[in-house]
Amino acid sequence: MISDLFSVTVLIGILASGIRLATPYLYAAIGETFGQRSGVLNLGVEGQMLLGAFAAFYVAFTTGNLWLGVLTAMTVGALMGLAMAYVTVNLNAEQGISGIGFFLFGLGMSDLLFQKMLGTVETVKGFPEIYIPGLSDIPGIGEIFFSQNLLVYGAYLLVPIAWFVLNKTTLGLKIRSVGENPDAADSLGVSVARIRYFTIILGGTLSGIAGASLSIALLNVFQQNLTSGLGFIAVALVYFGAWRPVGVLAGALLFSMINSLQLWIQVLGINIPSDIAVMMPYVLTILVLVATVSRVRAPSALTKPFEREN
Amino acid sequence: MKKFAWFLTLILALSLILSACGAPAATTEAPAATEAPGSGPFRVAVVMPSAINDLAFSQSMYDSLLRVQEEMGAENFEFVYSEGMFVVDDAAAAIRDYASQGYNLVIAHGSQYGSSLQEIAPDFPETSFAWGTTVDTFGEPNIFAYEAASQEGGFVNGVMAATLSQSNVIGVVGPIETGDAKLYVDGFKAGVLSVKPDATVNVNYIGSFSDVALASEAATTHISAGADVLTGTAQMVVGAIGKAEENDVLWFGTQSNQTSLAPSVVVASQVYHWEGILNEMITLIKSGTLGGQSFKADLANGGEVIEFNPDSTVLENAQTLAETTIEGLKDGSITITLP
Repeated sequence: MISDLFSVTVLIGILASGIRLATPYLYAAIGETFGQRSGVLNLGVEGQMLLGAFAAFYVAFTTGNLWLGVLTAMTVGALMGLAMAYVTVNLNAEQGISGIGFFLFGLGMSDLLFQKMLGTVETVKGFPEIYIPGLSDIPGIGEIFFSQNLLVYGAYLLVPIAWFVLNKTTLGLKIRSVGENPDAADSLGVSVARIRYFTIILGGTLSGIAGASLSIALLNVFQQNLTSGLGFIAVALVYFGAWRPVGVLAGALLFSMINSLQLWIQVLGINIPSDIAVMMPYVLTILVLVATVSRVRAPSALTKPFEREN
Repeated sequence: MKKFAWFLTLILALSLILSACGAPAATTEAPAATEAPGSGPFRVAVVMPSAINDLAFSQSMYDSLLRVQEEMGAENFEFVYSEGMFVVDDAAAAIRDYASQGYNLVIAHGSQYGSSLQEIAPDFPETSFAWGTTVDTFGEPNIFAYEAASQEGGFVNGVMAATLSQSNVIGVVGPIETGDAKLYVDGFKAGVLSVKPDATVNVNYIGSFSDVALASEAATTHISAGADVLTGTAQMVVGAIGKAEENDVLWFGTQSNQTSLAPSVVVASQVYHWEGILNEMITLIKSGTLGGQSFKADLANGGEVIEFNPDSTVLENAQTLAETTIEGLKDGSITITLP
């Protein structure tokens, strides 16, 4: 039975679902990476995702326009980010606690709106898988990489863009300096507040897309607590990925691939109790985290509010 | 610092209020008149783990309460509910609140609420409690227990699934391998194998009642493994039903009628009709028996009904066999052997 795991169908299945499952994590975790590199821990990602998911679903459901749905999700996420930025940057609130507050707000608000505006679980025609002539026809490879929907490609495209912005642009340098040494950055004329506003709002926008990728691209439904903890895993992936987009990508893929592997293990009837199978992604992620993360240092100013000394 | 502490409190309070009106504790028609039992309407309070519109477990109870209300009339039967009570501590607080408000019957609709109920019930000897799905009344004189023989509807669904499958590979998406879900899945498997002993039934427990994304991916996995008929149980299966519809793979539902979600692929759903059991409890309570008995919903007593999707294009190929199977299970000529 174990040998079944290595058949072509199964390997293609594992890789293709792993790539899909990683999509919402990537959007949310890359957004969170920007925030954390500038010194702000946002635990409200899950709430931003939920509101984004509902907004996208509702707009797509009522207007039939998927792009308008994505745009609304981005706007809702950005507004949540704006509020988070005001609380953490202007009011210097404790970041962890206010993040939890925003998570609870998003959880409750998305459910309230769902109950009042939809009332029951509905489906919507989401982003279709796109067919790329030539590429999609390559056996195996085509099925894994070239028959996904647009939001999946967007997530992977985001990784090199985020890497480039963080490491090769002046803006990236400012973000990193604000996260490492805000006093020095401030004395050189970099506005700590403005940079943090930018990264938190960007993070919220991307979390909004993460939610939309679930509700109108991958699942095409909305239900109470649709994300069920995905946003918190995304925050963990930022630590896992050592605050680098490529590391985040590696973590998201590892976690998702093992998750799709365990789905196949059960489907193939390999004799492992289901409880052990569903634990696998978490256990392995913790093991890798323990083995690697002790070597990397978090941004020095992470979770520290910045107050200019006069 | 002061300003920040103040604002923090405000945000937390605001978010708590909002999450409170969003997730749990939505209340319906409840003029809180405390009258002596027997004179006013019969008053029921129910605490449920998920939303009343989950197309699954919680909705089955909500719909049943509505049917009881329709039958008895709104002036004779009132009910209030708290939904989304996935945190057992919150549920326990709600159960205690309802009990102290003098409801005739307080229902804890979830097996996870058992130990809380065991603690609370003795403090309110005048109030009747019910919980499910279980058979355990804890020997308390004011606790009723109820369960569903979900293996029966599972069996019928399995028989239909086996008849309609062409690839002879059938996939099952389950939550956690326990209780009602396990009964349904085991019954379903037995049903499939009774028609096609050499068919493959792939079962996948995803380890969660809420992870819609993983349930959806589990369905995709089944389809890649060759399944052309799927079923699943618990509220996270909405993700799987979506995938079934996208891939034009047949779906069998359970707990509530899931046809509305994917009319083109849903063939039939096993639906829980708790109203028979509720009526029995109400009669007992009115005559002074507050608990100590357990009830089982099954096909024979109408507690479980197989609701076909009349618009299904393949239904005619399986409906007759399904109906004979239902009759056989009702009169006992068919028995289900569970592993």
